[in-house]
Amino acid sequence: MNRHHNVKRYPGLGLLSIAFFAYLYAPLLIVVLYSFNANRITSVWTEFSFKWYGSAMNNSALMAALKTSLIVAGIATVVATTIALLAALAIIRGKGVRFRKLSETVVNLPLLLPEIVLAVATLILFSLIGLQNGLLKLVIAHSAFCTPFAFLPIRARLQGMSLDLEEAGMDLYATRWTVFRRVTLPLIFPGLFSGAMLAFLISMDDFITSNLLSSGGTTTLPVYIFSLIRAGTSPELNAIATMLIIGSILLATIALSVAAHGQNNND
Amino acid sequence: MGFALILPIFIVGAVSVATRGAYGGFDWGFDLTGYRQIMFNEGWTGEMEFTAQYLIIIFRTILLAAITTVLCLILAVPVAYWIASQPGHRKSILVFLVTLPFWMSMILRVYAWMIILGKGGPLPRFLGLFGAPEGMTLMYNDGATLAAMVYTYIPLMVLPVFASIEKLDGTLIEAAHDLYGNRWVTLRRVILPLTAPGIASGAILVFVPALGAVLEPILMGGGKQMMMGSLIQLQFGGGRNWPFGAAIAITLLTVVMLVLIAIAIRSARREMKQ
Repeated sequence: MNRHHNVKRYPGLGLLSIAFFAYLYAPLLIVVLYSFNANRITSVWTEFSFKWYGSAMNNSALMAALKTSLIVAGIATVVATTIALLAALAIIRGKGVRFRKLSETVVNLPLLLPEIVLAVATLILFSLIGLQNGLLKLVIAHSAFCTPFAFLPIRARLQGMSLDLEEAGMDLYATRWTVFRRVTLPLIFPGLFSGAMLAFLISMDDFITSNLLSSGGTTTLPVYIFSLIRAGTSPELNAIATMLIIGSILLATIALSVAAHGQNNND
Repeated sequence: MGFALILPIFIVGAVSVATRGAYGGFDWGFDLTGYRQIMFNEGWTGEMEFTAQYLIIIFRTILLAAITTVLCLILAVPVAYWIASQPGHRKSILVFLVTLPFWMSMILRVYAWMIILGKGGPLPRFLGLFGAPEGMTLMYNDGATLAAMVYTYIPLMVLPVFASIEKLDGTLIEAAHDLYGNRWVTLRRVILPLTAPGIASGAILVFVPALGAVLEPILMGGGKQMMMGSLIQLQFGGGRNWPFGAAIAITLLTVVMLVLIAIAIRSARREMKQ
């Protein structure tokens, strides 16, 4: 068919879409570009330099915030993925589960409500039970709101899987546990993996909850970045931002490609 | 389990009618001061004086979230349609490229717009070429907040709209043309109604977090251009006034629930018609 006569084609969409992708990536590119600017004043270009990367690496407050974020995100990822896996197994595979729809809604609750409302509820809850430990507060709160992000890919994976292989395992006298370990787990691994990666990224990214719950000594990376921005932009910030952008691209690429790969294999 | 669903709402609701603690926080009790404060200011002698400042914030929040949703929609539909028309391999790469910024730190994506719109940033300097004053800033107004909100939430609109356009039966578009519908009529009468479920879920995914936005109004809007989210953050952040913050949070939740219910009713009606 001649492309001009293709009735499904709307002229100008290609150009518009290219502009859209430029709009999506130009701001990030600008941050990366400015991170190599030697000048103290971000917006005035003097010369190419790596010096802000060096000063970022030597910034002990930054490194402490990074460490807090990594600890919180690491524990929250393990907890959230475990809960998500158990919830998905119970909801999708469980027999005679009542309130299936309601249970799913409860797991996905953090996706339905504005984060600030949940953050405030968490803050009040912790003050009611008198929890003082800053790190523990962060870990519990992060585990909770990361769970749906781990849950969704695992559920998708479990739903797309036929029961045949598990039943075959059972027929061969494997115990429930063996079937789970040797058949189910390897099959849902792509979903499990990308769910865990997403939970990790969500935890590393969180500002709203962490900012309300953080106290001295438990500043997470986004909260630290926020304080840098509020203090007036320091050129170091662009270097920090660039490293984080690259880190996120790597993690998201791995997570999404594992998920996509798993989907193709499943077909 | 149903209890867990309402637990956070219950907690916030209880504090919204509690009394203010002497040193921040709250004391149990029943007191509607938190809600009254939304509309009235208590004078020195205890008289109630109407004040519009918080109503303006509530109104601004709903308006900015609505504009964000509409702008995202206007951008997302053509882009999603174009991506859906690409050959298979290229399509998955493009979808990936839409998703990617969403996994980057939110605060950094907002920060990028602070650079772009701020003093000496690329956009003010570009406008300087056309005679805009030196050292101008486009920051600290509702437009700046809007720019950051559209930017941060747009992937949430493109993806569901794309998913429903992809499922669209192409022969229906051809049929519309055979019946002498031009492209515009086909778009309005065939494509948009058939992608309505995707548009509705995209609108929810953008509108709900936009209503609760915290970072964008704080960083882009400056201290005076608050939204409900940043107002709540402020009341709880310094332990300034928990009952009032909780009252605003309940108000925000009510708006969110009303929107979700309205969309649910609309889509139920649409299904009944079919």
